[in-house]
Amino acid sequence: MMGSDNEEAHLYASREEMESLVLDEPPSPSSSFNNSKSFSGFRSALSTLEEDPLLRDHHHRNPNLPDHNNSYLEPPSYADVIFSPFGSDDNGTNDANGISVESPKEESEGFLSRSASTSTEYLKISVSNPQKEQETSNSLVPGGNTYVTYLVMTRTNIVEFGGAEFSVRRRFKDVVTLSDRLSESYRGFFIPPRPDKNVVESQVMQKQEFVEQRRVALEKYLCRLAVHPVLKRSDELKVFLQVQGKLPLVTTTDVASRMLDGAVKLPSQLFGESVSVVAPHEVVQPAKGGRDLLRIFKELRQSVTNDWGGVKPQVVEEDKEFLEKKEKLQDLEQQLSNASQQAESLVKAQQDIGETMGELGLAFIKLTKFETEEAMFNSQRLRAANMKHVATAAVKASRFYREANAQTVRHLDALHEYLGLMLAVHSAFSDRSSALLTVQTLLSDLSSLHSRAEKLEAASSKIFGGDKSRIRKIEELKETIKVTEDAKMCAIKEYERIKVTHVFKIYNIWH
Amino acid sequence: MRRQALDIFVNRIASHPDLQQSEDLKTFLQAEEETMERARSQETGIFKKKPGDLMQIFKDVQSKVSDVVLGKEKPVEESNAEYEKLKHYIFELEDHLAEAQKHAFRLVKRHRELGQSLSDFGKAVKLLGACEGKSLGKAFSDLGTKSEMLSVKLQKEAHNLLMNFEEPLKDYVRAVQSIKATMVERANAFRQQCELAETTKLKEINLDKLMLMRSDKVGEVEIEYKELKADSEEATKRFEIIVRLMSEEIVRFQEQKTLDMGLAFHEFAKGQARLANEIADAWRGLLPKLESCSSLTHESQ
Repeated sequence: MMGSDNEEAHLYASREEMESLVLDEPPSPSSSFNNSKSFSGFRSALSTLEEDPLLRDHHHRNPNLPDHNNSYLEPPSYADVIFSPFGSDDNGTNDANGISVESPKEESEGFLSRSASTSTEYLKISVSNPQKEQETSNSLVPGGNTYVTYLVMTRTNIVEFGGAEFSVRRRFKDVVTLSDRLSESYRGFFIPPRPDKNVVESQVMQKQEFVEQRRVALEKYLCRLAVHPVLKRSDELKVFLQVQGKLPLVTTTDVASRMLDGAVKLPSQLFGESVSVVAPHEVVQPAKGGRDLLRIFKELRQSVTNDWGGVKPQVVEEDKEFLEKKEKLQDLEQQLSNASQQAESLVKAQQDIGETMGELGLAFIKLTKFETEEAMFNSQRLRAANMKHVATAAVKASRFYREANAQTVRHLDALHEYLGLMLAVHSAFSDRSSALLTVQTLLSDLSSLHSRAEKLEAASSKIFGGDKSRIRKIEELKETIKVTEDAKMCAIKEYERIKVTHVFKIYNIWH
Repeated sequence: MRRQALDIFVNRIASHPDLQQSEDLKTFLQAEEETMERARSQETGIFKKKPGDLMQIFKDVQSKVSDVVLGKEKPVEESNAEYEKLKHYIFELEDHLAEAQKHAFRLVKRHRELGQSLSDFGKAVKLLGACEGKSLGKAFSDLGTKSEMLSVKLQKEAHNLLMNFEEPLKDYVRAVQSIKATMVERANAFRQQCELAETTKLKEINLDKLMLMRSDKVGEVEIEYKELKADSEEATKRFEIIVRLMSEEIVRFQEQKTLDMGLAFHEFAKGQARLANEIADAWRGLLPKLESCSSLTHESQ
């Protein structure tokens, strides 16, 4: 049992030893520790530590007797120490002092929906009961794929839902679909980020742990949607929460298949008779996520022109206030990310110190045992007794560190959540800039179409009677121009709408 | 740190009843610079020549110590059960102490690391606060300042731990190692004593033989025998002195160590308690400020 073990094995052994270590302090009848809120108990314990153990011990020349006066902490039993000396608080509403402090989670929800706290409507969602199910569609693998579904239960008094309680089964893919449809329909809004797919972790982690983690994450996400003033009324969410059976939302197709579809159309767009026009309804969506490759290329060209061309495009991001706020938000994001990093290393440092304290305690306990067994002199026994006290104190301290750290993690987690929110902000901003890009592209299209039309008219006016084919071309061109103008109007409207949304949202953040 | 260690070392020699009297100590404490210079160049007394290959010598000594003391090298060793027990005790003790000292040192490091990360965290939080509005920003900045303040306290405690807890432990280890060295000497003395005893006996037998044979060598051999006998008695005496001293020293060592460690533990506990109190006070003091801030934000909402 000597330090000749290899380090790792030693560490694991010591952790187990710490867990199983029975701190055999005689139970004290006057356990103020157990009565008061643990913090004051801790404090009084610390003051007992201040006494001089050496002087006290010299008064009992027979250290073989258990020293009742020497209990450093109103000795809680082992069980007490494990069960959160800071009091159980699942919601973080009781901190160690018994003072109710608003947990940061509530604050963040307040952030997102000021209206919810003033009105009395509610939308409560819970995710539970994970179950494995078989993939029923034709799969090549016999026995098929299995996936996990979760029971999503809703309670609400919002009128638009048309009911008070619902419960459906959903799988993770459904949540991905919901999230994608929401980001399409609510471009420009700050949409909470959905839980990660965690492809690697789902394979590597223990099934149970992973499923539990995911369940918690899903519940958090749905609850965030539920407090978002706009999203909670969205059709997509309603459908998700209410419709039994298969989720009737269009599933997201992956990039490859979209590109493939687009590539099929591309030749006819470039060379064919059909005039390549962007229909107004398509304009409302960004080019990137779609199948229209030509449009993607055009917008790409426009953005290059914006960056490198000498001419300023006709419509630019002019809103100074927006730009200012954007910068501030970027700064905020950077600080959040920095703070979140530092928080992580703080947590690690706290964990380390707790561990090392425990290891020290264990080493001393071993030493105590050794000295007591081999004692040939009373001075050794005395020393062993002292050591034992220090050792038990150290082990207890290590446990307290661990508890404190668990709390720290919970509270500082808010930083990570905010950071996730920043991602939502980012995508909102990119929605805005792609809408702007669409507008710009259409405008340059229009201007080139107009100039072509002028040229044709000028040319055909020179020919007497008119050139049939040219006239036809002019007619077509005029058609194109009209459609493009419509599209332009739509794009501008969309862009303006996003701008307005942003103003509303930014107002929300800063107040 | 070195100054403190030297202080302890010299005082320890001076308080030892036997070492007090040594010439070397007197020279060390009293001689003027000139004398010292001469002594240094002469390589005598306390300035014996430095060994060339220090590492090698160290290794040799280490292996020699374990070999000799654990009786691996020579078959000749004491068959004293109590002494055996003592030997094993000392060796095991060294291992345990080394481990404790290792953890103590690591604990010092952890304090420093925690201090550093609290300071970094405090700075980051302050920067974050600068992005925010008035009362929220102030709350962040208060948090950051407290964090930085605690970081300073942690660094201080790290130093305290190093000086008043880890050092004594290291000292303890060194003391045990010197006991091991003494054990080597004892083993050597024992071996010498045995050898001489052997040789003397042989000489006696030889002498008796010669006396029986009435050889003229008797006189010579008698002288040799007498010398050998004297040497042997001297060796025996030397060994016995070592044995006696050792047993006294062990008692003193145990008592001394109990005192030293008692003090070290006391300092350790005091330091930790003080640190914990400071940390608790700091955060507790922050709470009212934060509460007033959060109530304000809710009002403005």
